[in-house]
Amino acid sequence: MDNSRETVVEIKNLYKSFGDHHVLNGVNLNLYKSENLVVMGKSGTGKSVLIKCLVGLITPDKGDVSILGKKLNHLTTKDWDALRSEVGFLFQGGALYDSMSVRENLEFPLRHHREKFGVIKDTTPRVMAALESVGLANTIDLMPKELSGGMQKRVALARTLILEPKIILYDEPTTGLDPITSREIVELIGKVQHTYGTSSIIITHDIDCAKVISDRVVLLLDGINYTEGSFNDLYNAKDPRIAAFFKK
Amino acid sequence: MAYHFQTKTKLSSIFIEFGDLSYFATRFFKELFSFPFEKKEFLKQCYQVGNRSLQLVAITGFIIGLVLTLQARPVLEEFGAVSMMPNMVGISIIRELGPVITALVCAGRIASGIGAEIGAMRVTEQIDAMEVSGTNPFKYLVVTRVLSTTLMMPMLVAFGDALALIGSAIIENFNGDASFMLYFNEIFSILEFSDFIPAIIKSLFFGFAIGLVGCYKGFYCEKGTVGVGLAANSAVVFASLLLFFIDFVAVFMFNIFYTN
Repeated sequence: MDNSRETVVEIKNLYKSFGDHHVLNGVNLNLYKSENLVVMGKSGTGKSVLIKCLVGLITPDKGDVSILGKKLNHLTTKDWDALRSEVGFLFQGGALYDSMSVRENLEFPLRHHREKFGVIKDTTPRVMAALESVGLANTIDLMPKELSGGMQKRVALARTLILEPKIILYDEPTTGLDPITSREIVELIGKVQHTYGTSSIIITHDIDCAKVISDRVVLLLDGINYTEGSFNDLYNAKDPRIAAFFKK
Repeated sequence: MAYHFQTKTKLSSIFIEFGDLSYFATRFFKELFSFPFEKKEFLKQCYQVGNRSLQLVAITGFIIGLVLTLQARPVLEEFGAVSMMPNMVGISIIRELGPVITALVCAGRIASGIGAEIGAMRVTEQIDAMEVSGTNPFKYLVVTRVLSTTLMMPMLVAFGDALALIGSAIIENFNGDASFMLYFNEIFSILEFSDFIPAIIKSLFFGFAIGLVGCYKGFYCEKGTVGVGLAANSAVVFASLLLFFIDFVAVFMFNIFYTN
């Protein structure tokens, strides 16, 4: 990856422990504009912790994180609100609000970003556009429990897209889905990146997903970014620890 | 030695729990007066807490009125004081039984419901999703629920009291001792504002405790379905214990206030 490209996320020496369990031990990572960065690693290596540190769900013990030029440890509540409209997060299970319909789920984030969008009198066109972008315009009045797992993830992605974020963080987007639905989600992530020019960090165990979607892959081992490169570089690496991960 | 250590650990965990709950309550008051106010969610919660509890409170109140009258009658007859029945029933229901029993019933229904709902939202990352979308989940989920339980509880207590008195009146009317009109005239002739006001104030605190404990247990629910069950269960137990403690403090305070 060309380092002269604009950096949208910069992580320097990030540390996080839970009691005696050291999860992140000095992670360094850059995400460039319009790039799909796939972060892989075994369970418990801190992949989800890493991206949760980027949106303030987890506070790191040490280290610096900058997103779109803003250092996270110097942000006020107002700055966080503004930043959160620029950084979308797709949760592993979708995390749709199950007491709300699909329409209400999509309208919900809009109420809190009036500085970005102004007062929106009729949210329907925006909601429909977001649902159409994930191919689920006909589900607008359904409840989340009436949707399949794959559809829930797509609606969750629509809810993320409605805020027009510049960066999207995907936490294991294909986990728990059948191979066909997984492929649909992967294609959708690619389409979103292509259409909206978003930069993405994608946490996954799914090697097929990483192969299709990644511009660059980072392998987390023992709480550090052990290696990085293109998917093929890592897939063909001779290092036994990398090879073990790709099960060759 | 091991027993002492266990006792000490349990005792310290109780203090830690109360400390955390106090911090949670402080945050509630801080967020209560900050902008924006989630009016729509607040009204929805008032409906959930108030309207949806009416049946349970009505049945419980009515049966308490029936049972209290049936139990008291033989004793009062023994002392030749059956004419004191409306006074005894009125004062005991308005001052103590109505608020406490309604609050306990609501602790079972509302605190467990809130604990399970917010707990499930925590486990399924819905609360995290709110946070990353720029919504303050504490304000949206906790402030609205605690405020609605606080404001709805006195109304539910008043409703439960009314049904209890009606139940008592039916029994007395059935025994042929007093007409409805006479029975209620007797009750309201003995009751004073000093009987109603402490009960209403007490109910506000009961409602606050029920909402706060339910939200607290749900908000800090541990991961997994076991965590949700535990949150709902411990919300009922903790809220019920807190109700008795608040009742004791309230009665103690009102006694000091009135005797002075």
